[in-house]
Amino acid sequence: MATRAKKTSLAAADPKNFSPDQTLEYYREMMLIRRFEEKAGQLYGMGLIGGFCHLYIGQEAVVTGVQSAMIDGDSVITSYRDHGHMLACGMDAKGVMAELTGREGGLSKGKGGSMHMFSVEKGFFGGHGIVGAQVPLGAGIAFAHKYNETGKISATYLGDGAVNQGQVYETFNMAALWKLPALIVIENNQYGMGTAVGRASASTELFKRGQAYGIPGEQVDGMDVFQVYAAAQNAIDYIRSGKGPMILEMKTYRYRGHSMSDPAKYRSKEEVQKMRNEQDPIERLKHYILETGHAEEADLKAIDKEIKAIVTEAADFAQTSPEPQPSELYTDVYV
Amino acid sequence: MSIDILMPALSPTMTEGTLAKWLVKEGDTLSAGDVIAEIETDKATMEVEAVDEGVVAKILVPEGSEGVAVNAVIAILAEEGEDAANLSTGAPAAYAAPAPEQTPEPAVTVAPVASEPLVTAPVADVEWTGPTKTISVREALRDAMAEEMRSNDQVFLMGEEVAEYNGAYKVSQGLLDEFGAKRVIDTPITEQGFTGIAVGAAFMGMRPIVEFMTFNFAMQAIDQILNSAAKTLYMSGGQIKSPVVFRGANGAASRVAAQHSQCYGAWYSHVPGLHVVSPYSAADAKGLLKSAIRSETPVVFLENELLYGDTGEVPDTDDWTVPIGKAKIVRQGSDVTITAFSIMVKKALAAADTLAEQGISAEVIDLRSLRPLDTETILASVRKTNRIVTCEEGWGQSGIGAEISARIMEQAFDYLDAPVTRVFGKDVPMPYAANLEVLALPQPEDIVEAAKAVCYR
Repeated sequence: MATRAKKTSLAAADPKNFSPDQTLEYYREMMLIRRFEEKAGQLYGMGLIGGFCHLYIGQEAVVTGVQSAMIDGDSVITSYRDHGHMLACGMDAKGVMAELTGREGGLSKGKGGSMHMFSVEKGFFGGHGIVGAQVPLGAGIAFAHKYNETGKISATYLGDGAVNQGQVYETFNMAALWKLPALIVIENNQYGMGTAVGRASASTELFKRGQAYGIPGEQVDGMDVFQVYAAAQNAIDYIRSGKGPMILEMKTYRYRGHSMSDPAKYRSKEEVQKMRNEQDPIERLKHYILETGHAEEADLKAIDKEIKAIVTEAADFAQTSPEPQPSELYTDVYV
Repeated sequence: MSIDILMPALSPTMTEGTLAKWLVKEGDTLSAGDVIAEIETDKATMEVEAVDEGVVAKILVPEGSEGVAVNAVIAILAEEGEDAANLSTGAPAAYAAPAPEQTPEPAVTVAPVASEPLVTAPVADVEWTGPTKTISVREALRDAMAEEMRSNDQVFLMGEEVAEYNGAYKVSQGLLDEFGAKRVIDTPITEQGFTGIAVGAAFMGMRPIVEFMTFNFAMQAIDQILNSAAKTLYMSGGQIKSPVVFRGANGAASRVAAQHSQCYGAWYSHVPGLHVVSPYSAADAKGLLKSAIRSETPVVFLENELLYGDTGEVPDTDDWTVPIGKAKIVRQGSDVTITAFSIMVKKALAAADTLAEQGISAEVIDLRSLRPLDTETILASVRKTNRIVTCEEGWGQSGIGAEISARIMEQAFDYLDAPVTRVFGKDVPMPYAANLEVLALPQPEDIVEAAKAVCYR
């Protein structure tokens, strides 16, 4: 395939192509992430979660749409804004929340924290705290899939801040050279910590960043879960057919600060409010569901209630699970 | 005026080679640039070009000659009009002329003064009593990789020039032919990227071997080695392993200056989650590399370019492993303990010979592993000798010697009859000039002086 980089709006993204069940599943998944993150924010405010805590609120459609285009056995790796990815991979909300509170019942036994959780079973390989370092790691996972001819792919998520790291391009080069089955998802939420994309990137069309390596790229409305799914499915078909990596730039937005300690003074309240009012992925989907009659208000309320129960249970578990035994200090350093 | 044609050095570390083939014969007329001979080293075959024009008057070293020293006169060129037949042929004496010493070992001329029998014999490897074969460290490393690749299809080798070029230092010679491009992978020059790819593959259960052309370049990738490979097991609560071997040449080579001459032993040994080994002998190189490839732990495997051509007895089996974390007493002694690793073992053994001539019995410990450090073997020796000199090529501050010193003070303070003494590289970036480089690196006489000092001699 010749290099192509385009802003896409796929016909396949027409909501009519999605069944009511699938549509409601998207709603459920995104709502779970949002409510989970809101609760994490509360627990942080109560001093129950320490250190860095990067919330995914606003970006839910990205991981929800991409993950729904993946199959069992595919692998996922991301940076430190990772709670949503873990939930979308099917990892237990209790285990994620208990890791945030640093408890024995956490997915990393309390030794990884917000930025470092993993699940071999769910194909989730972290949770990495060094900006951009997950990109070659993700290509290495793709390398293993290709080497062992599993037919599976690796999805690597990175932010708009990470796209200027040198190792990202080292990886693009090798992934293209070796035709690795690697999906690169750039979550462009407009700000790398406090720096707007245009202040950090000479070219802000991030989907074109693979052009020099012949890696096709597409820009996608990351606030529309249907668009995200369609673009991801298209890209994954391309990748799974053995043609090598592909880049998707998801235009998205985070409502909260970079981390819990970020007052976000680099952007106006109006800007955030405008995004929430006009672009919110959950509100958009909810509006569509009600408009089409896929479900009634009461049905959605029932889902909300169900999710609230999951999140409450997770928060309770995260507070009641004991801290790790002191002896855990010295375990898992060596095999 | 006749012109001497000298045996050329094909690399900074070459001291001798084989004159494989003459492509000219006596009486031939040459132009500058003509290929006149082929020279072989253990790394490569290279062509020798005439640097001047003239007539080949005498060929002094016949083709097929092995061990021809660098700078020996191999032929004589007569200038135009000169009568080749009348040239002096006194030059063959130069055939045996030693190469200019790259890392001169000081001539120690003290006569043996042993007043009583000393235990000075090198200690045989007690771990193996079967048949052995003599191979180079380079071959030992290659054999280790080849054997492990044969027995486990998840083992693969990646790095710069490892495949078609057969390795910048020819360590991976023949591996591409045997295993193919799927498992012996030439990478672009992109250390951080390919190191991350190797670690990611290891997360998936594969067993990558990453060759760094030298460990100096691994600094580009140290984030992936530390933050991704060393720490992920812990951060994942034991779920994700990173069984990668990071290997390549470490330490000073010869005349390659500051950016290419550094020992990273202390750097990596600082990090929990890594194992760090740095063998000296061919048998240990093979046995430790096989253990490293089989290990579930990421292993930093520090080789030394100057040792690649050294030969030694290696067990003649494809199942020879050496445990990581175990030092080896390579020479028994009773008066002073000397610890060293990698090429410093060679210098420590040379120093021990000199000390023996002066009546001092030195026990030399090859650390082999820097993490875990075999404290028990060191302590047991110190409890016997009551004196210790640590040796390393790297800088002293926060070095391996500093660590050993601290452990001895903590655990064997009462056994010491003299302060722990460290021999290490001078606290400067490595200079290029030959004389300065020799001064910067710890030499056998430094070890001799330190050992005599702790023996109050």
